[in-house]
Amino acid sequence: MRLNLSAVSSNHSRGFYMVSGKHLSARYLPFGDNALLIEFADVISPLVNSKVTALDEIITKAKIQGIEELVPTYRSLLVRYDPFKTSHKQLASRIKNIEERLKDFSTERPCEKVTVPVVYGGEYGPDLSDIARYHGLTEEQVVKLHSSKEYRVYMIGFVAGFPYLGEVADEIATPRLETPRLKVPAGSVGIAEKQTGIYPCEAPGGWRIVGRTPLRLFNPLEQPPALLKSGDIVIFRPISEEEFRITAQKTSKENLHEHFRGTTRE
Amino acid sequence: MNAFQVSKPGFFTTVQDLGRYGYLRYGVPISGAMDTFSLIAANLLVENNSNDACLETTLIGPELRTLANTQIAITGGASPKINGQQVPMWQTLTLQEGDVISFGKMEKGCRTYISIGGGINTPIVLGSRSTYVRGGFGGINGRQLKMGDVIEGSRTLLLQVAHKMPDKLVPQFATKIKAHVILGPQADMFTEKGIDTFLSSQYKVTIEADRMGYRLEGPLIDHKAKADIVSDALLPGAIQVPKDGKPIVIMRDAQTTGGYSKIAVVITSDISMLGQAKPNDIIQFSEISVKEAHEKLKEHYRLLNNLSGMLIKCE
Repeated sequence: MRLNLSAVSSNHSRGFYMVSGKHLSARYLPFGDNALLIEFADVISPLVNSKVTALDEIITKAKIQGIEELVPTYRSLLVRYDPFKTSHKQLASRIKNIEERLKDFSTERPCEKVTVPVVYGGEYGPDLSDIARYHGLTEEQVVKLHSSKEYRVYMIGFVAGFPYLGEVADEIATPRLETPRLKVPAGSVGIAEKQTGIYPCEAPGGWRIVGRTPLRLFNPLEQPPALLKSGDIVIFRPISEEEFRITAQKTSKENLHEHFRGTTRE
Repeated sequence: MNAFQVSKPGFFTTVQDLGRYGYLRYGVPISGAMDTFSLIAANLLVENNSNDACLETTLIGPELRTLANTQIAITGGASPKINGQQVPMWQTLTLQEGDVISFGKMEKGCRTYISIGGGINTPIVLGSRSTYVRGGFGGINGRQLKMGDVIEGSRTLLLQVAHKMPDKLVPQFATKIKAHVILGPQADMFTEKGIDTFLSSQYKVTIEADRMGYRLEGPLIDHKAKADIVSDALLPGAIQVPKDGKPIVIMRDAQTTGGYSKIAVVITSDISMLGQAKPNDIIQFSEISVKEAHEKLKEHYRLLNNLSGMLIKCE
């Protein structure tokens, strides 16, 4: 049986985000002997992040000799390179040229919109009531606020497939738990200050959990392995427990290793 | 071909190759051998490819029962025994069905590599057989070995010649480790005194040391003002310093992004030695330029590329 994310792909649609920002210029910093860090700023901002995503996309398309891997984050782009095929200096000057062009770049760029179904509260969202109490809201109001905004995927990090999304409305921005949980279940949707995110697998964590999605955010057998990528837009859609169960069955990860059996050495 | 059955798993034994590249953007760490030099040597000693999968043991080695006649090599820091008798490391060993491999106390270093003729056969996940325990994939079902596991090899024909590593190439794992670093990317967040302290002090590896990274103890490193950054990318060798001033060295299974300022990054050719560090070992950092680091890297790759030709043939 081949696992698939077909239940998921129907949640994708096209959208646009803006890239402008004429006054942002980057710093080119050495990161050890085989990487270069292009740092735009030290803030969380859609503008900074869209520069990162755009530069990532353009460099990828340019297929520059010696570049092994690009890692887009909130506010910087890491370029891992082969020092025998290129150098820090060569790469920096080549990329600076590209970045120059980006400065006059003020256009709409396509991005993907992904709808993520979430069952809020109860056992699925153990911190929903605390968040409501903290802000003097009802649970319904918190759910409404959380699910009525489009969030940008700023980066994937922490654990495989974990999207850092932002930013939630001020009315529901809540500090992390004082004592992190040792185990947060896979699919949990959490809030940490103005960020929101989704745990792709069971992991320790201090984000306040408002609900859970039945979608699988990460599957090492898929290409690409993660459902989301930097620059995508996420919308949360409240669902019932029953819908959660039905979707969860479809995307069940049981027999993950069953799938591996019989694989032979190439 | 079933090569071994695990009778005791050891403290933390996993399947590793040279790592999983190209998925950092999806939050997937590089993983792979902590000491790549020892892994490559173990592979070449049984005429494997450099990147074949081996077992990586940590501090306390496993006990393995041989299921079929096979050849192995053991490298890294260990004191291996076959059927209770001490056997040499850094050379090809031929085993008969029923032979038992065990390990005594780890005298030097922290990790041992056991290669099997033809490489360990586990499924390739995202381009690698390396185990990434936190993500639950790679190696044997994405976890450390447990009792009863069967390790599958890929070669049934035995080599006619055995190989041995020349003594002068066998690394000496010391309890004091020198690591060259390139300052940055966020060295400008530290005071001059902070950087001086970092480069002139000795740092002790604490008990919080694993495949993800090492927390170090030693003279505190001063930041100019704040210590945290908006999270950005991490690679093995990066040295983060949180507000408490105590450095953390990032290793191969670490998360791919982090929110502490990075004072420096250990050069590639020194990371293998760092992979053998254990709690209470001392690390001393010294600064090097990118250009000097590339010279060292060239030398390092020259050695790795020529290593198989430098092995001594035994009768």
